[in-house]
Amino acid sequence: MPNRPLVLPILFALLCLGIALFPLVGDTFYVRLVAKIVVLAIFAMSLDLLVGYTGLVTLGHAAFSGTAGYVTAALVNKAGIVDLPALLVAALGAAGAAALVIGWISVRTSGIYLIMITLALGQMVFFFFHDVAFWGGADGVNLAAKPELTMGGVTLLDLADRMVFYYVALACLVLVYALLFMVSKAPFGQVLRGIRINEGRTRALGHDVQRYKLAAFVIAGLLAGLAGFLEVVRSGFISPAHVNWHESATVLIVVILGGMGTLVGPVIGAAALVLLEDWFANLTVHWKLFVGLFVIAVVLVLPSGLIGLAGRIGALRWSQRLRRPGAQSAVSKGAEVAREGAGDA
Amino acid sequence: MLPGARRDRRPTDTPAGRWCTATRPGGSTSTVASTCAAFLSIGPDGSFGMDASISYLIQILNGVQYGFLLFLVASGLTLVFGIMGVVNLAHGAFYMVGAYLAFWLSTVTGSFALAILIGVPISVLLGLVVERIGFTHLYHRDHLYQVLFTFGLILVIGELRAILWGNDVHGVAVPPLLSGSVALTETQSYPIYRLFISVACLAAAVVLAAVIKTTRLGMMIRASATNREMVQVLGLNVDRLFMVVFGLGIGLAAFAGMIAAPVSSVHPGMGDEILIVSFVVVVIGGVGSIMGAFWGAMLIGLADTFGAVLLPGAGGAVVYALMALVLAWRPNGLFAGR
Repeated sequence: MPNRPLVLPILFALLCLGIALFPLVGDTFYVRLVAKIVVLAIFAMSLDLLVGYTGLVTLGHAAFSGTAGYVTAALVNKAGIVDLPALLVAALGAAGAAALVIGWISVRTSGIYLIMITLALGQMVFFFFHDVAFWGGADGVNLAAKPELTMGGVTLLDLADRMVFYYVALACLVLVYALLFMVSKAPFGQVLRGIRINEGRTRALGHDVQRYKLAAFVIAGLLAGLAGFLEVVRSGFISPAHVNWHESATVLIVVILGGMGTLVGPVIGAAALVLLEDWFANLTVHWKLFVGLFVIAVVLVLPSGLIGLAGRIGALRWSQRLRRPGAQSAVSKGAEVAREGAGDA
Repeated sequence: MLPGARRDRRPTDTPAGRWCTATRPGGSTSTVASTCAAFLSIGPDGSFGMDASISYLIQILNGVQYGFLLFLVASGLTLVFGIMGVVNLAHGAFYMVGAYLAFWLSTVTGSFALAILIGVPISVLLGLVVERIGFTHLYHRDHLYQVLFTFGLILVIGELRAILWGNDVHGVAVPPLLSGSVALTETQSYPIYRLFISVACLAAAVVLAAVIKTTRLGMMIRASATNREMVQVLGLNVDRLFMVVFGLGIGLAAFAGMIAAPVSSVHPGMGDEILIVSFVVVVIGGVGSIMGAFWGAMLIGLADTFGAVLLPGAGGAVVYALMALVLAWRPNGLFAGR
């Protein structure tokens, strides 16, 4: 398969164009659904930095988005702050601080321990928001007002307007993609990839692996905080369920479903999962049964995600055209090729 | 009720667990002061000596009982990981299935003992079906996929449970034979059923230890935990061993769920709760170590019980703080053999 470094960024650009134009044709219900997809995509992209690039499988990512969401809700409801920059700084700051603490404890470990520790620490954050009455208890709280950006008495952005929110979220998606894309190309990102492929060698090359992992953790936590902020503004509601580990597992599924280590994969995964959940929920009250079966099917049939599948089909066509004896290996390597294509761009 | 929300082990929640008032003679309001006083052997009502140290004893018994339950669940978790290399997030779901089976079968048959006798084989069978259909595909896969697969399994089991038994909270009556309580002083007593839980778990733990230490099967288990590939190379039927270990783990978890059912209510979130705490136990003890699971479970059982009494409202954090401390000291757990 030829090296096609621009395939994934072009795919992302096309997706964004589609999202940007969608409100012109889609009805309100689906526009709202797309807004949900965009926010989930940002959340999943932040996790992709950890899982797909650095090889750190964590099960506590919802702790960061949830912290940002709760801090936003508390500032709006209890302090009456609706200033967008102030809220954003506070929310991301809180999420980043949580990521720093949880990351500091977690990066000392790896593999199974990392999964278990992030799960346990994430649940600790869950219980914190669930048990401490200040945050609103088990039922959650509604956001009293939506943030807005005002300058000199003129309201520039009012997130209460659904369309304004829609495009702000889309802009965030593009910014996060650009940031993570640059991070993955920078020497910093190369070290992260080195950690995933062979941690021992990366350490032997003289890199302080722990610090790189912690930095990745904090960047991912900050971006998850952005997603958490957008989510609470989008839905106008936050509850402990947003911090629960089921949320962390769901976002992990989004990453895998799309194709990890590709950045654009999480966007596709978010779209697929949100649309599928919506479809199942219309069919039956027991929609979670089908989501569960779907997750199991993805693990067994689609380990490299939808991007990997597309890569495999692409590799198959290409090899058939050339009728080379090496076609078989090209097929089996399809997933890895797609992934490296993203990496080598 | 949220999934995983803390619907609690606090014994005051359930009718069978009202004993707790005995530890708080001042009434239902528990204060830090009253419990601290207990440690100084001064009763909350100002009494010295016996009464106060009995409250202390009750808390210890309670912590140990919770620790034993945790051990049954955590030992299966740690065995399955140590021997099969699989992270089984759905382990807690089988604990929940056990509790629901206890509720359902004891209603149908009218006997709690019969419910356990029928329920354990049913859950083991269920576990083996899941192992054959799904887990066999996971043995050589990355942890990431094991986590996702077992998460999917949690959703499926949880939803099937909702279809079969609904989402209501149920109670299971304590069997009449074990329903009394032992008087410790004039005002304080301890329910026999809680003692029974400890004894039953202890018996299960002893049997487990005997099997692992003395039998041929135990030898295989120990060998596989140390070096799986070598055991495979020596020509052992690893496939069958995996089935046995998985079935054993599921059986222990379901059994724990069943005997816990009368003291903790039977509710949808119970699987998640025990899963997370069991993970903490396994992390503290060292993944793959049965000894570690035992001491970790005791430590967490006591820490959680005393945390709940000494720091009302923040008791849940004690367990995690303990985990962070242990990891800062020994990143691979206390008894990490591998």
